[in-house]
Amino acid sequence: MAILLVAEHDNHSLAAATLNTLAAAQQIGGEIVVLVAGHDVAGVAFAAAEVAGVSKVLVADHAAYAHQLPENLAPLVANLGRDFSHVLAPATSNGKNTLPRVAALLDVDQISEIIAVESSDTFKRPIYAGNAIATVQSSAPVKVITVRSTGFDAVPASGGGAVIEALAGATDARLSRVVGEQLATSERPELTAAKVVVAGGRGLGNGDNFKHLYSLADKLGAAVGASRAAVDAGFVPNDMQVGQTGKIVAPQLYIAVGISGAIQHLAGMKDSKVIVAINKDEEAPIFQVADYGLVGDLFELVPELTASL
Amino acid sequence: MKVLVAIKRVVDYNVKVRVKADNSGVDLANVKMSMNPFCEIAVEEAVRLKEQGVVSEIVVVSVGPTTAQEQLRTALALGADRAILVEAADELNSLAVAKALKAVVDKEQPQLVILGKQAIDSDNNQTGQMLAALTGYAQGTFASKVTVAGDTLNVTREIDGGLQTVALSLPAIVTTDLRLNEPRYASLPNIMKAKKKPLETVTPDALGVSLASTNKTLKVEAPAARSAGIMVKSVAELVEKLKNEAKVI
Repeated sequence: MAILLVAEHDNHSLAAATLNTLAAAQQIGGEIVVLVAGHDVAGVAFAAAEVAGVSKVLVADHAAYAHQLPENLAPLVANLGRDFSHVLAPATSNGKNTLPRVAALLDVDQISEIIAVESSDTFKRPIYAGNAIATVQSSAPVKVITVRSTGFDAVPASGGGAVIEALAGATDARLSRVVGEQLATSERPELTAAKVVVAGGRGLGNGDNFKHLYSLADKLGAAVGASRAAVDAGFVPNDMQVGQTGKIVAPQLYIAVGISGAIQHLAGMKDSKVIVAINKDEEAPIFQVADYGLVGDLFELVPELTASL
Repeated sequence: MKVLVAIKRVVDYNVKVRVKADNSGVDLANVKMSMNPFCEIAVEEAVRLKEQGVVSEIVVVSVGPTTAQEQLRTALALGADRAILVEAADELNSLAVAKALKAVVDKEQPQLVILGKQAIDSDNNQTGQMLAALTGYAQGTFASKVTVAGDTLNVTREIDGGLQTVALSLPAIVTTDLRLNEPRYASLPNIMKAKKKPLETVTPDALGVSLASTNKTLKVEAPAARSAGIMVKSVAELVEKLKNEAKVI
């Protein structure tokens, strides 16, 4: 058995989600080969070679892969993947975008967002917004899988010593190109990797009021997230959404402020170690999953909490 | 241009599903079924493109059971012109659906195919990308804005870091995210009119499509429940609990 793992990166640094996916690969077992496809990615390839448990890093460095467009990346991964028993990628927006295209090119079904490895061909994954857990077995010659980061503890980013091998040539399908990007910049930790997450919902009332959460987050070294309601209302941008179809988080501490707790939101955070809910409505469903619930006016309680830390 | 919209019949998003006692699946008996919310957004986008004069015909397709005719009629009431049901057993995996859709694409030759980014039952997020692979078309997944400019489609995508806009050659595949639009409700006159719109039923065999899958679900279980928490009376008590009991701050 050998596993091809598609690294998540931004051409500059290796994303943490890659390390969680590596943990899943180690549980499956076999040689692990990491593919770094991008443009000017020597630094990323070097970082990937340092990761514990990686035997080889394949580098596809070409302008055609700069944005990891699936029209270009999927043929590369599929062609390499034929020689492996498994192709894995983190269930990030890149992984979700590209891997099903790879699976179809290989004429196999994909297994999405696994949270546990039962054996080399059998995996657990949440369905119905996490209200059921399916155990799925794959008979595919190449098993194509995306990995939910929260299901696996990251492997150490150092301690490895993999060989780096450059791949020649590139596929440019010339079907698509990136014409613009609006990327959020934040000094705070990345939402899916943060140890503490403070999240706000419709109860915040407007975008400006999120300042109360940013102050609290900065005291705790936390990332800030939001419910779908807050994103749909335009309070905060889409990359902050936690939920079934947004980001899945499982921090040590999740503080839900002014979030009622729709099942779609709970699907994105209920695996957090400790959940705190602050809401004025004591009947809010969020209190059913909270370890600690506090009923009251968030505009009084959140500043008080910030001040007391 | 012609647009094809693929829709799926799923359990209504308000239903909290229960796992069957024999762990064979979730209990869908007497549960309200609806059009997948992301598919409603796909239909709405097609209708808006038609209202803008960009799209001339909307064909809506579903791959699923006979009862999916209800959801196809809903799409017709919302503004689709005609419907195709590829009639198949309930539990299909994404690749089989993508292959059936590929056969419909070959026949209908749409310039644009719009799908929901994921179905809220299987939560796979695969079919659109697979259809793009099978057709060899460009894909604009997780779309929050779609504009047609000549033979190019500009799609703004919701990605982990924010937003990305891609220019795609047509024909192309788009999958919808939540912010693309807010779907309308079907009016009663339109629901009545929809009953007279054409709905064609075909079999996968007639399309020459195999529905075989490499995935097999062995069992379905309820997730581990969280143990009940406690209510605290004050911020001071919360901080004390987080420090000394949970030890997370």
